[in-house]
Amino acid sequence: MKTGKTFLAGLLTLGGLLSAPGVALAQNTQAEIERYRQMLGDGNPAELLVMRGEGLWKQKRGPKQVSLETCDLGKGPGVLQGAYAELPRYFADTDTVMDAESRLVHCMVTLQGIARADAVKNPFSGTGQRQTDIEALVAFVVEESRGETINVPQKHPKEIAAYQRGEKIFFYRAGPYDFSCASCHAEDGKRIRLQDLPNLLKPEPAQRAFATWPAYRVSQGAMRTMQWRLYDCFRQQRFPEMDFISPASVDLITYLGVRAQGGKMDSPAIKR
Amino acid sequence: MADPMKIRAVSRNNVADVRVLMAHEMETGQRKDSSGNLVPAWYINEVTASHNGKPVMRAHWGPAISKNPYLQFKIKDAKKGDKVSITWVDNKGEKRTDEVTVG
Repeated sequence: MKTGKTFLAGLLTLGGLLSAPGVALAQNTQAEIERYRQMLGDGNPAELLVMRGEGLWKQKRGPKQVSLETCDLGKGPGVLQGAYAELPRYFADTDTVMDAESRLVHCMVTLQGIARADAVKNPFSGTGQRQTDIEALVAFVVEESRGETINVPQKHPKEIAAYQRGEKIFFYRAGPYDFSCASCHAEDGKRIRLQDLPNLLKPEPAQRAFATWPAYRVSQGAMRTMQWRLYDCFRQQRFPEMDFISPASVDLITYLGVRAQGGKMDSPAIKR
Repeated sequence: MADPMKIRAVSRNNVADVRVLMAHEMETGQRKDSSGNLVPAWYINEVTASHNGKPVMRAHWGPAISKNPYLQFKIKDAKKGDKVSITWVDNKGEKRTDEVTVG
């Protein structure tokens, strides 16, 4: 009996010894990535895009030669502070739920008279290309919500419906890989290559994910928006291409936003 | 037209810590585009810093500097309210100057 116990204790110690370096290594890697982010945070190139976006916001543009300064992002015409933290939301004038990018396009069309087809054409910059106007505008708008509490509304029936459809899309398995968003984002400890993937069903990782998009991607040398994030997730799942500001994209962003309730916006962030 | 720089200058114990973020493509001239043609070199080759109009630093840069360069340096005897201006010139002759007040 006595020897048995000692043996067991010995095994446990051995187990402890064996697993310790592995855990330490993983923690170190994570800590090092965090340190890298902090170092970069001081010189986040997204700040340059924020400045360009601010210029675009105030500049008289389009056939009507007006600025976007009267654009209503949900908190009244021209009110930017905290607006992004409460999007997507229902807008009575269009009778739809819209996210930041949909609303910016709407303002460009209605206020500035830019053709919708032109406004939604090439929303994301390619590798080595100059960042698009819409990316710059998003950067500026989201910067104005830094530190604000995420509070995506669920009052209007259409907002609730958007959330429910978003949830459905999140768990919907399809495509040649039979993947869903949930395949990667509904469990702890999942990763793609070396990147840890957040479990979006838990409040804390969901908040961090929503709060840090849009973000500057160091590896791409560009700031990416939430619309791009979902577009690229769909591509990685080998789903049909997600249309820019499509209802499906807004529904999914609504779902993610509502799940991130209470988080503090910290965007544009910087990512690997 | 070149995009504006982001400059932050904070003085502590009479020494200003200046941090500059410049918007530039910084093409090396070695990269090929999707059709296999060389992307022409386009990079900042000179950066100058002035403190109240007096030049305090000149840097010669080349294609090894990254896109959207970040530069940090200190200026001695710089007080709150002083002006710090940064100018860059690239190999196409394009230039940009931005100025901030030391905080």
